[in-house]
Amino acid sequence: MSLIFSVLILGLAVMLSWPLAKGMIWAMCPGGQAGGFRQGLETLFQKVGGPAAVEGQDWKAYCRAMLLFNACMFAVVLAVLSLQRFLPLNPDGKGALEPSLIFHTAASFTTNTNLQHYSGEVSMSYFSQIFGLMWLQFVSAATGLAALAALARGLSGKTEVGNFYRDLMRATFLVLLPLAVVLAVLLVLGGVPMTLEGAATAQTLEGAVQTIARGPVAAFVAIKQLGTNGGGFFGPNSAHPFENPSFFTNLVTCVSIPLLPMACVWMFGRITGRMRHAAIVFAVMAALLMVKVGLAVHFESAPAAAFAGLPVQVTGNLEGKELRFGAAAGPVWGALTTATSNGSVNCMHDSLNPLTGLVPLIGMWLNVTFGGVGVGLINMFIYIIVGVFICGMMVGRTPEYMGRKVETREMKLALLALLVHPLFILGGTALFASTSWGLAAVHNPGAHGFTEILYEFSSAAANNGSGFEGLGDNTVPWNVATGIIMLLARFIPIVLPLAIAGSLAAKKPTPETVGTLRTDTPLFGWVILGSVVFIGALLFLPVAVLGPIAEHLAVAGK
Amino acid sequence: MNRAKLERRHARRASLFEKSLVATAGKQAFAMLKPWAMARNPVMFITEVGALLTTLVCVQDLLRHREALPYTVSVTVILWVTVLFANFAEALAEARGKAQADTLKHTRRATLARRALAGGEELVNSDELREGDIVLVNAGEIIPSDGEVVEGAASVDESAITGESAPVVREAGGDRSGVTGGTRVLSDQIKIRITAGAGESFLDRMIALVEGAVRQKTPNELALTVTLAGLTLAFLMVTGALWPIGRYFGVELPIPTLIALLVCLIPTTIGALLAAIGLAGMDRALSANVLAKSGKAVELAGDIDTLLLDKTGTITIGDRQATEFHPLPGVGSERLAEAAMCASFGDLTPEGKSIVKLGERMLGSKAPRETPGAKVIPFTAQSRLSGIDYPDGSSFRKGASDAMRAYVRAQCGSIPDALQGLVDAVARQGSTPIVVAEGPSVLGVVALSDILKPGIQDRFERLRAMGLRVVMVTGDNPLTAAAIAGQAGVDDFIAEAKPEDKLEYIRREQRAGRLIAMMGDGTNDAPALAQADIGVAMNSGTQAAKEAGNMVDLDSDPTKLIEIIEVGKQLLMTRGALTTFSIANDVAKYFAIIPAMFMLAIPQLAVLNVMRLATPQSAILSALIFNAIIIPVLIPVAIKGVKYRPMGADSLLRRNLLIYGLGGIVSPFFGIKLIDMALVMAGVV
Repeated sequence: MSLIFSVLILGLAVMLSWPLAKGMIWAMCPGGQAGGFRQGLETLFQKVGGPAAVEGQDWKAYCRAMLLFNACMFAVVLAVLSLQRFLPLNPDGKGALEPSLIFHTAASFTTNTNLQHYSGEVSMSYFSQIFGLMWLQFVSAATGLAALAALARGLSGKTEVGNFYRDLMRATFLVLLPLAVVLAVLLVLGGVPMTLEGAATAQTLEGAVQTIARGPVAAFVAIKQLGTNGGGFFGPNSAHPFENPSFFTNLVTCVSIPLLPMACVWMFGRITGRMRHAAIVFAVMAALLMVKVGLAVHFESAPAAAFAGLPVQVTGNLEGKELRFGAAAGPVWGALTTATSNGSVNCMHDSLNPLTGLVPLIGMWLNVTFGGVGVGLINMFIYIIVGVFICGMMVGRTPEYMGRKVETREMKLALLALLVHPLFILGGTALFASTSWGLAAVHNPGAHGFTEILYEFSSAAANNGSGFEGLGDNTVPWNVATGIIMLLARFIPIVLPLAIAGSLAAKKPTPETVGTLRTDTPLFGWVILGSVVFIGALLFLPVAVLGPIAEHLAVAGK
Repeated sequence: MNRAKLERRHARRASLFEKSLVATAGKQAFAMLKPWAMARNPVMFITEVGALLTTLVCVQDLLRHREALPYTVSVTVILWVTVLFANFAEALAEARGKAQADTLKHTRRATLARRALAGGEELVNSDELREGDIVLVNAGEIIPSDGEVVEGAASVDESAITGESAPVVREAGGDRSGVTGGTRVLSDQIKIRITAGAGESFLDRMIALVEGAVRQKTPNELALTVTLAGLTLAFLMVTGALWPIGRYFGVELPIPTLIALLVCLIPTTIGALLAAIGLAGMDRALSANVLAKSGKAVELAGDIDTLLLDKTGTITIGDRQATEFHPLPGVGSERLAEAAMCASFGDLTPEGKSIVKLGERMLGSKAPRETPGAKVIPFTAQSRLSGIDYPDGSSFRKGASDAMRAYVRAQCGSIPDALQGLVDAVARQGSTPIVVAEGPSVLGVVALSDILKPGIQDRFERLRAMGLRVVMVTGDNPLTAAAIAGQAGVDDFIAEAKPEDKLEYIRREQRAGRLIAMMGDGTNDAPALAQADIGVAMNSGTQAAKEAGNMVDLDSDPTKLIEIIEVGKQLLMTRGALTTFSIANDVAKYFAIIPAMFMLAIPQLAVLNVMRLATPQSAILSALIFNAIIIPVLIPVAIKGVKYRPMGADSLLRRNLLIYGLGGIVSPFFGIKLIDMALVMAGVV
């Protein structure tokens, strides 16, 4: 049953990703004269934005525009969150937030992370949710898409990689918005609320008065799922019955998690004109994802250690699960959401069996098994460059990627990009695990508590946003540390790969011969797979052993 | 290349671990411990810093009488040995280069030179010669320095440099005017203009190069160093984070253990051997008798896409040979053969001899013999034909078609109509037609063909498998060139090639992003040699050609390009293979060290001790010892290079991934276990 469920989700996502990529190409790289609505939109945009919105940019100008835009968005949302009690659309009278939490939340949503140290239904007004957070869910995903388009153009040899503002506009209005509308409608049909009225008050049979939070949930959930954002309208995220009421909504939202990241691979293939190469990359990502989903389902089919051997336990680990989805839906979602930098949850990861809990961690450590919208493939590009460099030498030539030589400058940038991720995860974990900042927040001792700290930093550094929970993390040190990490871990790994692409594009292309390392063969698939698995394992094996694996061994040994 | 030459080369190469070299390298390894010298190599520098730190811990342990002292001392010793092994590898490669240079240095002994002055000549030491000086060299004397023959011609023994004992002719003007210092004039007297002052001759430069005086990191070596430094930084983070994390688990990790883990993880294997690989590449080029002006050139050779090869001497044997008799209608082929043989008896050129040989093969015992008293008519530039007049009045002539027509008409003979067709047919096959006549009557045509070098097609097939395009350069007309190109199996040809054509062709290929290698000897080759990415000048060539190219082939062997490319490819492959091996090793080391580090705090981790290593300490020491001794074990691979086979990129990659990737994962599991068993047996732990 769980197998059919996993295959159904992945199969649907793979099938839908292909036509979606065609649409994305139409949106991002239109060829020839567009007509009708499309033309109108572009003309309007050009009028509003002036020449800065259309002129071609090299990678440096593109990065500058991207950073500038995101800095502005960050500032705007800081203001919105700080002033929410003075702003409209606040039927439940939500008050002010603590400053470090405001910083953390703005950083979290600007960076497509959506790590939430608050509960939406308790802290956020509808205005903040829609015009602060949901707006960022759109443009942060669009930023990723734009960056990938620029990378692909650079790799296909163009020194002018496009215009960031125009790419952003196209990604937002022509890709994300239509998709989100479709998904939101499906969700409303599935029973997800969509209203601007304040919380409902109900009298229970026992006579108690209950306040039931609601709001424009369907719209929020749609882009949260599609844009690898993951920040829920409610605190419990997609475990909440209003975000994810039924098996049907669970299926639809589950499929929409990997959909855009998958389509990004095809888009990359189309822009660079190397579909076979893209197919190999896709296959490697899909294989890793399937292994992770399979492992998660497998580990979670065992009962929680506390129940092991007791007659009450008839199915897999049900702790922390929603009974309307069953035991398998949780780990499947958990694997998907962390593999793609989404970070929404439909069960509590803290309650997963220890080895199941390792799967989301691996997803965030690698961060390339489709990864975030746009940025997943950008991360993969770094692994590809490293793999190409080391294996490329083994064919007896200076390593080349897409016909251009990979030399010192590229390797310098690639290694920097590669090191940012482990630096934040290992550095943050080491710092908080050895000081009161972290120790005070941990609710469980030993290996499990260590995993909680490790998970939080992994989630921040991977711009994932899921929480292991069980961690009192709404404190100033946690908010500031993870806030800074999210910002740096978002933009450094976008800027450095674009710099590599710019450096490669400036080189003269070499024609490919039988002596050239081919990037579109299954053998090359093994090279990428090896470089991802090896680098990931070498960097994170020690902490994996000390966290989930030690916990598993300890629990199993009892 | 013939066998004798191979053997001579072999004799000049020292065996891998020759005693004297090992002793020199061993001493040098200690001298290289200076930290500022180590800083060039980030991986080994970190290892040395680690060794220094553990040494300090040793002192501390000693002063405080800690129990851990023997363990700390063991770790410290192994770390220092690791650093020394790395230095030894580099020093050994350097010593081998120096040994080669020393043999060459013998030829550079200071000699006396006779410098020509306005009024006569003076004797000076060869060290005092300047560029532009004119010296006289007589038979039996040694040429004092590199130069160009400006007057006269002489046979020169160049065996000191090329190992080839047959003397070569060097003469003023033309493309064989270059002479090398240290070679000996065997006959005649020549005047030489010195082209390289003291310390600047090719030998000097080569010696400087192999001795490392002007050694610079090549582009790929630099990129790899950056990559290795990045990986080192990553592992520094991993191990650095473990100390505070250890405290979370209530474990105070000892500094020597952390350093041991760090050194095991950072790519010390490739870090230690990287310099040796580069040096050995230069050394291999040198033992192929190729003098590269920089390590960069050798590395670049692996990237070459297109080879420009001269037809004569490279693709064909050089002299044309008679291959077939084409009699005119009504003439027996035996009669033609007989006449052609007779016409060639006096012709001692290889072409003439080949006609006689072909006739003998065809006619067997019926072949005519040379008869004394016959009058040989030699080839002259005016008549352009040759032949023989017998005392009995019969006469035979052979020559180019138009010359023979004129001759036959002069003898009042008639030209058969079929002759023109025959001549054209032979030309179309890529052969040169030679018309044969007996008296006034034309008998037929002998075809002289270029003979391909044996095995050249196979060689080109291998080049194609490596992804190289071969372009033949020839002065022949397009018809003949196309025919030969087809037979030899080259990808393209330049017919009726002038030096400008070569240059234009190279530029066109480069515009398409291809890298070109070519070989040349003449002054008019110089622009093309300079333009090509790899320009190999023949040592026999002119000074201009040698200056323009980035390599000089001391053997002046036109097929050497192929060897050079293989050396370049091998260099890169060796780097890639050892890097892969080095990183792949880390998996086993993790399985040895991580359980050992945390076994006390988290006893369940014993499950991960898959190798069943005896104790935590023996596990760490075994991993560290393996990490150290793998360096000398792999020195032969680094110096000899990974075996190169001419095959496509995919097959090469698959092969190397299996050997060095998979092998790199599996082998340390066995190695570490064996060392652990040995430590237990020796009672060390």
